[in-house]
Amino acid sequence: MIDDLVKILRFRSRLGRQTVAYPEGPARFPERFRGRPALDPGKCRNGCRDCADACPTEAIVDPGLPTMRLDTGRCLFCPACEQACPEGAIRFTRDYRLSARTREELLVSGDVPVLARALEERTRKLLGRALRLRQVSAAGCNGCEAELNASGNIQFDLSRFGVQFVASPRHADGIVVTGPVSENMRLATIKTWEAIPAPRLVIAVGACALSGGIFRDSPVQSNGMPGLPEIPVDLFVPGCPPHPITFMDGVLRLLGRIEGSELRLAGTEVVEPALSRD
Amino acid sequence: MPTRILQVWNAEAVEAELVPEVGLEDFQQVVADVIAAGGRASAFYGRQGDGDEVVLTAVLADDAQGRLGVLSTRVRESYPSLTPECPALQLFEREVYEQFGLRPEGHPWLKPVRFEPPLVPGVDPFGRRSNPKTIPGAYPFFRVEGEEVHEVAVGPVHAGIIEPGHFRFQCHGEHVFFLEIVLGYQHRGVEPMLAGGPDRRTVALLESVAGDTVVGHGLAHANAVEALAGCQIPARAAVLRGVALELERRANHVGDLGMLAGDVGFLPTASYCGALRADFLNALAEICGNRFGRGLVVPGGVRFDLDGAAARRLADKVQKAWESVQAASRLFFDSPSARNRTDGTGVVSREACRQLGLVGPAARACGVSRDVRRDHATGVFRFIHVPTVTGESGDVFARAWVRLLESERSADFVVRELRSLPAGKVRVPCGPPAPGRFVISLMEGWRGEVAHAVHTDGNGRFARYKVTDPSFHNWMGLALALRGEEISDFPLCNKSFNLSYCGHDL
Repeated sequence: MIDDLVKILRFRSRLGRQTVAYPEGPARFPERFRGRPALDPGKCRNGCRDCADACPTEAIVDPGLPTMRLDTGRCLFCPACEQACPEGAIRFTRDYRLSARTREELLVSGDVPVLARALEERTRKLLGRALRLRQVSAAGCNGCEAELNASGNIQFDLSRFGVQFVASPRHADGIVVTGPVSENMRLATIKTWEAIPAPRLVIAVGACALSGGIFRDSPVQSNGMPGLPEIPVDLFVPGCPPHPITFMDGVLRLLGRIEGSELRLAGTEVVEPALSRD
Repeated sequence: MPTRILQVWNAEAVEAELVPEVGLEDFQQVVADVIAAGGRASAFYGRQGDGDEVVLTAVLADDAQGRLGVLSTRVRESYPSLTPECPALQLFEREVYEQFGLRPEGHPWLKPVRFEPPLVPGVDPFGRRSNPKTIPGAYPFFRVEGEEVHEVAVGPVHAGIIEPGHFRFQCHGEHVFFLEIVLGYQHRGVEPMLAGGPDRRTVALLESVAGDTVVGHGLAHANAVEALAGCQIPARAAVLRGVALELERRANHVGDLGMLAGDVGFLPTASYCGALRADFLNALAEICGNRFGRGLVVPGGVRFDLDGAAARRLADKVQKAWESVQAASRLFFDSPSARNRTDGTGVVSREACRQLGLVGPAARACGVSRDVRRDHATGVFRFIHVPTVTGESGDVFARAWVRLLESERSADFVVRELRSLPAGKVRVPCGPPAPGRFVISLMEGWRGEVAHAVHTDGNGRFARYKVTDPSFHNWMGLALALRGEEISDFPLCNKSFNLSYCGHDL
């Protein structure tokens, strides 16, 4: 018995601290991580729409024009547009900060950071230091769900900030929805939201919950939370799936726990940026 | 195999005309004979024929010979169910009924599979269209009645961060008589969206069949399209694909070992396996920028390459993570209190496994040695073998142990292959699929056999793209594992299978 305990403690000390340095220190991402896209339509050749033709979700608005934008609410962060562009007018930066308070802010242009605004003061006072969330997977592919689970593990440890997922909507201050909201989950999603006492937050996570994602316009789903107008969304977190740090950044900015626009990034120094092109 | 059947290799495209169309009686005889002789149904699906005809196609696997057999038949309205003879077909027959309205007469339990609208207009087998409020769960459950017998209902929204599904237990105190599982909440309409492809959505759509099996489904798709297009991928691409597939397997196995430890309250392994899983996900992100391998596999090869030094650095990182996993999981398997919860819990017998046609680690834990990488090898697995691991006891312990040992074999493979990548390109152009072809493409995902059966039309577009996720075969295994168990062991049994809801629901 004592032997077992000693073995466990020895193992524990060998592994050391596992929690990431973020947000006090830099967020560490692989060189090839695809975060916020940066657009430079000045490089586009006249009439070229190679990026838009390659995009699986029609996320690119006005391709090849000075008004070109990319809708990160639809974007799967796949490398298709970046690899299709002959001029380098679209590239994915490693900026993991993607969340926004409104759907419109997700249409990015140029190379400008997206920073979620904090809640108004009263709500922040109520929920800012202890936020309990109920998760509803509404036809998500289990990718977003896996990353939300990871945000609670000892590496990302979201509970450091008083943010936790709970088992009952009655214990929750908000709901986190993933998936395009299938017809078969529509009722359960609405009922869960209704069961949460006000004031309640709604956080939509992942391309599917933001726009239907790759399932957009399939007749058996709702194109995500915008298809359920009775439930207003407080925070949109793009990605397919969003990295746990992207989710954390969104939630902590919403609560006013992270402010400012300084971006501190570190590499992993394992693999260089991608070279492969078609 | 009898001659009324076309023998093909895994991911070998053939002219669709060569697939024999036999009479219904012959069709059923062949299917029953092959299954009775130890074969399996890898896929069994309908597609619209002329008028109100439905073409039924069966893909049968002879794992010992490494061959696959295909045959089809045309049916109208109904046919005698084979389920009483071959229980493994129960869900397939229900699916065909739900999608095409083809009634299997004498099916012991004909109920909806995923509450999806039928694929044929005007057909309404479960009355869904006439009652648009029909949702999963609004449904007559099997009930056990008697004094002190009670019912426990769980889901669709669960306590943790889990996909939706409904579980209905018939209990006496803690004792579970019966578990009925209702799925369909995750139905997104993948198959209708695939029809008419390939298009720019196709790859991402198949990567999203199950977001934890991105590489498994991605590879099954790429193999199918490459076969249809006659495209040969470079060796370097094949090896990188194998590495990605095994990283995906290990990430999931290691994560689940942690979850299993968590479910019995053994925190050291729960904490560390949860974190160590990330090292394998991050290894995938090092290669392709996404922790789940999205965007890596495309028909024609892979989108990203690694130079030799980077590949070796990645191999070192993976090796180091693996050593920590071994230490963390040893704590769990050496702990008598943890083993007390896993040993003898949630047993599926070898016989039940054969009858239900289970696949993947769930089957191997029962001592049934099935592995697409070995039995129907494609790509790098034709040249490099990853040993297949089997257990004996068919319980939670066996499923956990098999997954640990499998991760170990995968670790060896990944580290070795990353250190000796073959030279050359990683991607070649892949043309459009040839018209009028059929291909069956199997891949051993981490849960087991992923099957994509594809028919192209006269223009080389997908006329029917049938996806069978391993969970489709295995959910009944979980229901069976719970019989006679205590309800408090449900989370443990559930996690030891860790089946996909969205892979089943499409």
